[in-house]
Amino acid sequence: MCDQTFLVNVFGSCDKCFKQRALRPVFKKSQQLSYCSTCAEIMATEGLHENETLASLKSEAEKVQKKKAKRHCFVLHQVAERVEALGQFVMKTRRTLKGHGNKVLCMDWCKDKRRIVSSSQVCHEHAVTMPCTWVMACAYAPSGCAIACGGLDNKCSVYPLTFDKNENMAAKKKSVAMHTNYLSACSFTNSDMQILTASGDGTCALWDVESGQLLQSFHGHGADVLCLDLAPSETGNTFVSGGCDKKAMVWDMRSGQCVQAFETHESDINSVRYYPSGDAFASGSDDATCRLYDLRADREVAIYSKESIIFGASSVDFSLSGRLLFAGYNDYTINVWDVLKGSRVSILFGHENRVSTLRVSPDGTAFCSGSWDHTLRVRGMVFCFPVCERREDG
Amino acid sequence: MERVVVSMQDPDQGVKMRSQRLLVTVIPHAVTGSDVVQWLAQKFCVSEEEALHLGAVLVQHGYIYPLRDPRSLMLRPDETPYRFQTPYFWTSTLWPAAELDYAIYLAKKNIRKRGTLVDYEKDCYDRLHKKINHAWDLVLMQAREQLRAAKQRRKGDRLVIACQEQTYWLVNRPPPRAPNVLEQGPGRGSCAASRVLMTKSADFYKREIEYFRKALGRTRVKSSICLEAYLSFCGQRGPHDPLVSGCLPSNPWISDDDAYWVMNAPTVAAPTKLRVERWGFSFRELLEDPVGRAHFMDFLGKEFSGENLSFWEACEELRYGAQAQVPTLVDAVYEQFLAPGAARWVNIDSRTMEQTLEGLHQPHRYVLDDAQLHIYMLMKKDSYPRFLKSDMYKGLLAEAGIPLETKRRVFPFMWRPRHSSPSPALLPTPVEPTAACGLGGGDGVA
Repeated sequence: MCDQTFLVNVFGSCDKCFKQRALRPVFKKSQQLSYCSTCAEIMATEGLHENETLASLKSEAEKVQKKKAKRHCFVLHQVAERVEALGQFVMKTRRTLKGHGNKVLCMDWCKDKRRIVSSSQVCHEHAVTMPCTWVMACAYAPSGCAIACGGLDNKCSVYPLTFDKNENMAAKKKSVAMHTNYLSACSFTNSDMQILTASGDGTCALWDVESGQLLQSFHGHGADVLCLDLAPSETGNTFVSGGCDKKAMVWDMRSGQCVQAFETHESDINSVRYYPSGDAFASGSDDATCRLYDLRADREVAIYSKESIIFGASSVDFSLSGRLLFAGYNDYTINVWDVLKGSRVSILFGHENRVSTLRVSPDGTAFCSGSWDHTLRVRGMVFCFPVCERREDG
Repeated sequence: MERVVVSMQDPDQGVKMRSQRLLVTVIPHAVTGSDVVQWLAQKFCVSEEEALHLGAVLVQHGYIYPLRDPRSLMLRPDETPYRFQTPYFWTSTLWPAAELDYAIYLAKKNIRKRGTLVDYEKDCYDRLHKKINHAWDLVLMQAREQLRAAKQRRKGDRLVIACQEQTYWLVNRPPPRAPNVLEQGPGRGSCAASRVLMTKSADFYKREIEYFRKALGRTRVKSSICLEAYLSFCGQRGPHDPLVSGCLPSNPWISDDDAYWVMNAPTVAAPTKLRVERWGFSFRELLEDPVGRAHFMDFLGKEFSGENLSFWEACEELRYGAQAQVPTLVDAVYEQFLAPGAARWVNIDSRTMEQTLEGLHQPHRYVLDDAQLHIYMLMKKDSYPRFLKSDMYKGLLAEAGIPLETKRRVFPFMWRPRHSSPSPALLPTPVEPTAACGLGGGDGVA
């Protein structure tokens, strides 16, 4: 049922000093070796100059880190005090899509604002059977003529959409990306020709669809990368990714370098999404909080959390103006947050199992949530009561 | 979750506990469903519905179990008695619930209640019997011993232990149609086992120091300015956000009326007022909207600088195009825009032009980036503001109408058949606005 990993102590001859000792696995330049404990200690102190010891380096690193964290103590909700509070929202489920025989893992909207692709074991609407058990990522091409999906098969495949009943869709599949571990997220860039993928092997990669060539790879995460989002900026060159190492990193697509990194979450980051202006992004994590990070100020500016929320957030998305943040949680609910004030606007029930994915439609008229209870629900706003008195809601 | 449960059991501030009467026996330390809901609602300042949901989740994970109807794990907000599960059985201990234990439990049930196992339990029992046949004597013996030991306890205790066990197994071996709360997604490598920093060596610290120094040196904006920017952004876009301010004529998902989508189609002859307003927010908004871009192209045509926009579009195509086409595209762009004496020569400053021409010897998809950025900034700082002040734009703004809100139908249950919209995959690919001719007022390119 649950995986238990053990640190196995192997007895044998050390790769460095060749003495018979108890060995520990050690990684040097991404190659695994077995060192005895003395050699491991020695390796840790390699590369030190005079007057430096491991402890002094560590304290210096901490000092610089503290200096960085000390600047600017403003938080968003302090500045937003004077903004008018939002009214009370009533959101109703307008469509319930049942068609999956299994848990819904991921979904994406088409640019025409009406179609959705979702994945679990079977791709919705164009039933394509994938040869692996979990399809964890799917994306619609901007033109609406193709979809990409992938999961535990370590690959990302692109399927051109066709309505010809005689065509076997699986036959036209094109395998684009190859990773060494599961595929956790994928997304088309501005055109049908390029795909950005994130994988459990700790890397993200940019691929050319036509040839399957790897255009750029992005290394830097210390653990599985779980999510990514492209920046809606004018120059269109960056994207953000979040991973199991609790870090959210911003990358330059052209050079493959990490431009900024944010590490204030206390657990795996399940989902990241850019604010509509492109100057900030929100992240949802297993520590039951969502946080807003500003790219220009280079720090976290808001936390969205409540004591009564004890389950992790699995996916987040902004409304069109960026005033509302929708977050789906593993306790089967969706919480709607006021981005500026940091307070919760409403909580939506309806799913019978954890909410695994959530996206606002491209024109912002509704949002769709997919869940492990095999359904997708599209919800729109029915009423908005204006505020007449203050409600004590967190 | 434990935090919540532990605070619930706190004798002073926790849920009020009483001794409950269950048939004839008295069970101490039991709580009613309604007490639980009320306490949760009060402590976390949430609504009743949410407190009920939270309580239900706790019950489903086996932290609270019902005394009267232990077969279904639901929270009922009434007088039904509940009790807190002993930490021994908490799901977070992550014991692998062994087959042997389950077999013993089922055997006990079998013996005690004289064969009143529920269907799925009977199936499991048979399956286990086949699987661990060799240890079956052990199982039966253990079951009998446990039952005999239990008989020596008070009836109240016996009942409690039986309920505890039953709840534990309901959580760990759920009946066929119930959701399994213990299911996790596919395994992830946790940060504890991260490969990259196996030993905190000197290398690691050096990299950290360098990274933080670089971060300190990076130009950053004061957070007060950034935060103000959010306020103004949200304020500006608020009326344009359908989820915040509603949309006219009506939200198509709510009223099943496609009018909103028809009016806001990508290429439409008469854009709505909101849409035209959006073009004034930022240059990016204008370019992203096909109708907006077409109008801007018209305007540039009047100023004889239409080749700027065409050049920018060609560069975009290069950046996001297929890898195989990069060399041909680069050549085409050079012929049309950059070669001296070209048909649509773009005006770039000499330094950028030199660098670009250098780079053309080894064409890659980002070779025109500098030139593209230069032209983009030119358009943004120069042509765009003039466009916004121009008569053309003002005319568009005045012409654009605000759609009327559809009256709510008197009989809301008039069922409109929902037709599925044509998939973009079926439409013939639209002709891209070519560099040679601009589109005249959105003349509907099919």
